[in-house]
Amino acid sequence: MAVRPSDRNKTAPRAIALVALAALGSTALAACGTHANDTKTIVVATHDSWAMPKKVIAAFEKSSGYTVKIEEQGDAGELTNKLVLTKDSPIADAVYGIDNTFASRAVDAGVLQKYVATDLPTAAKKYALAGASAGRLTPVDYGDVCVNADDQWFSARHLAEPRTFDDLTKPAYKNLLVTPAATTSSPGLAFLIATISAKGAGWQGYWKKLLANGAKVDPGWSEAWEGDYTDGGGGGKRPIVVSYSSSPPDTIAKGATRPRTSVLLGTCFRQIEYAGVVTGAANTAGAKAFVNFMVSRAAQQTMPANMYVYPVNPAAKVPASWAKWATPATKPWPMAPATITAKRTEWLSQWRDLVSG
Amino acid sequence: MRLLRRVPLVLVVLVPLAAIGVFFVLPFVGMIHRGLWPAGHLDIGATLDVLGRSRTRSVLWFTAYSAALSTAGAVLLGVPAAYCCYRLRFPGRDLVRTLALVPFVMPTVVVGVAFNRLFADGEPFAWLGSEQGPTAIVAAMVFMNVGVVMRTVGSAWAGMDVRRAQAAAVLGASPAQVWWTVTLPALAPVVVAAASVVFLFCATSFGIVLVLGGLRYANVESEIYLLTTQELDLGSAAALSILQLLLIVALLWLVGRVRRQQVDHAVAAARTPALRDLPVLGVGVATFGYLLLPVLTLVSASLHRDGGWSWGNYRALATTGDDTLVVPATQALANSLVIAVEATAMAMCLGAMVAYIVSRRPADPRLARLIAVFDGLFMLPLGVSAVTVGFGFLITLDRPPLDLRSSSVLIPIAQAMVALPLVVRTVAPVWRGIDDRLRQAAASLGAGRWRVFASVDLAIGWRPLLAAAGFGFAVSLGEFGATSFLARSDHPTLPVVIYRLLGHPGVNNFGMAMAASTVLAAATAGTIVLVERLRVGSLGALG
Repeated sequence: MAVRPSDRNKTAPRAIALVALAALGSTALAACGTHANDTKTIVVATHDSWAMPKKVIAAFEKSSGYTVKIEEQGDAGELTNKLVLTKDSPIADAVYGIDNTFASRAVDAGVLQKYVATDLPTAAKKYALAGASAGRLTPVDYGDVCVNADDQWFSARHLAEPRTFDDLTKPAYKNLLVTPAATTSSPGLAFLIATISAKGAGWQGYWKKLLANGAKVDPGWSEAWEGDYTDGGGGGKRPIVVSYSSSPPDTIAKGATRPRTSVLLGTCFRQIEYAGVVTGAANTAGAKAFVNFMVSRAAQQTMPANMYVYPVNPAAKVPASWAKWATPATKPWPMAPATITAKRTEWLSQWRDLVSG
Repeated sequence: MRLLRRVPLVLVVLVPLAAIGVFFVLPFVGMIHRGLWPAGHLDIGATLDVLGRSRTRSVLWFTAYSAALSTAGAVLLGVPAAYCCYRLRFPGRDLVRTLALVPFVMPTVVVGVAFNRLFADGEPFAWLGSEQGPTAIVAAMVFMNVGVVMRTVGSAWAGMDVRRAQAAAVLGASPAQVWWTVTLPALAPVVVAAASVVFLFCATSFGIVLVLGGLRYANVESEIYLLTTQELDLGSAAALSILQLLLIVALLWLVGRVRRQQVDHAVAAARTPALRDLPVLGVGVATFGYLLLPVLTLVSASLHRDGGWSWGNYRALATTGDDTLVVPATQALANSLVIAVEATAMAMCLGAMVAYIVSRRPADPRLARLIAVFDGLFMLPLGVSAVTVGFGFLITLDRPPLDLRSSSVLIPIAQAMVALPLVVRTVAPVWRGIDDRLRQAAASLGAGRWRVFASVDLAIGWRPLLAAAGFGFAVSLGEFGATSFLARSDHPTLPVVIYRLLGHPGVNNFGMAMAASTVLAAATAGTIVLVERLRVGSLGALG
């Protein structure tokens, strides 16, 4: 049956081989052509929520003489881990988007140079990292993750809105809460940390009660807000959702003057996002200039509308709807970044056992 | 001299080996090395420790049972569908065959979103259970893989000699007896091969489990992702990657064994359906409805904006959607098309070489075994962790001469690696089926070497080559896993843009994501429809 492969058709493989060599060769050339590791370009690694109007970046490029190259590297965790993994040959000069839940991992791994923006306003210094982690990251913005409630839904049913963590476990609010998962979503993790801060050693017991009261866990914020929340546009069925203190302005209907959603200000955890200069950066001077730019008024003013966060610079103007309906938490639940880094894996695996149990 | 004449053949072996070595084996090994030798010495104890954890056991268990259930579902729906579409003749049959393959090339993010909607409160599948959970995950995996089973089994079934079944019937066997004693035994190897491939896809599925599992339910692949990106626990991730690799090798070995048992290559005429085909046709119609439903959900969602029917979401594709995107979605579509062309070109060059080698049938059993190993090596990208390879690119391709990390060329290369096994699987069976005596006859009639290749291999093989190119193109258009690790924000592909739109607040972003998903699904479907006109049996038949 098996016939020896004929010796006659040797040109066929040769032709294919030539085509392939040409393909690989052009590949290598294309690769050389796109490489930019000079001192005129600032490569910035960011999280994938990055958004800033082009003209603001262009103005910075014009005044500084640098070209900014933004490279998104996944969420805050993935961004941090990529920097740690590539420490010996860094993928960027500057980084923006490491938050207080990952900050001390990045600092401990030594991926950040000692630098804080020279023009960081004094009023913003309270957001900076303290202790052993100090001096390597510049606070840029913050957001408060809080439980939100649909005012219309509750007033239509003459039901009082919940106010505290404990209210959420009461029978009156059974099957009404939806939260993104702590394992796959950063607001989900923030909510978990808020409960741990509030309940201390008893947090697992609290979560058992929360889940027994019908709390639903979604993979991400979008699924929770757009899919399951009653006022998120997706026609969901749950009037209580874990979101941001800045979410209400999004629920102002066309022509209306006030939002239909309010915030439970006693349930908040503050996420702070930082910028820094990467160890071994090819363009350290450029990276420093970029970190300074991030706390400048021009950059800070774009943040509420584009990234849904509060600027740390008090001189930055925020939209009118934010000033009125998106007030930050006055007393967010505290948790030290070093504690979060040390306990994250343990908390998450315990939390995972609770929700899958 | 003789040695010199062998140089081209050696190149045909070495070039694909070099490509897979640099762009697949090296990053994978780099990541494993980083995980298992953290401080310069191997830490076996810690590795074994990982495998003993209760979390790891539950991940393994979920991987096995979700993949087994999905495979069973895909086979139970796919085999009757194969009968309907390959043994029976009815108007629109070719279109149905084509459409059944579309879910397989749909981006996993899009499938995840579609099923998330189908299982939401008040939607068609809500009664089946929560939208995050085993039911939704299995339903989505069945959706994606029914077409693979249908086409793999169908193309063998179409070629099955009906005379044996007829003889059995003449001898008094009931239709059930014919099925159990004649047809099923003849089909069994193909069914097992298809099932193994589908099991492989399901066991290594990433996007679907991530979107629908909420990580309350994690399989090995999504657990590797979690360990690497969130917990930076590279040791555990490496242990799981190796375990996954072993599983894949075992499955490929099984597929290879089964594939060697040949099925007949007769051509049987399909017939018009009779009354007794009604139950099977019923299952077939239900299956088709099941494949159509998620797509319709998507289309309907894409046509809703501001509470009413509108083309607004499609018009918005030309914009950056409130600056959520760096470039307009239409630009991302253009990027996708260009990248897919590049990826297809690479996959075709390498695929043709691999197919050329694996379609040889040497008399020497050792050489034949070597070719089988070679074949298996190029199947690995189908199943090995995209997360591990993606991160491996970052830490291994970072210095000259291979400083490709920040280069845009990595995306088509990664996609070519994913499309490569599918190209080989489409082309190799056809070339393997060519009787070598044809080549010998051509040569004895005075044809030169190139002429022999052109007038035999190419003349017979141009359809599968073109079909493979189209299939590879469709796969690379929808590729998400590897691309998401490599794409740069100023040069994204459409699946990456869809994921980004889904991850950003705003009802309009969601609508745009639905519109972009519909466009992407239409583009992949269109490609498959075009390719299908070439009528290549082995297209999408992965057994």
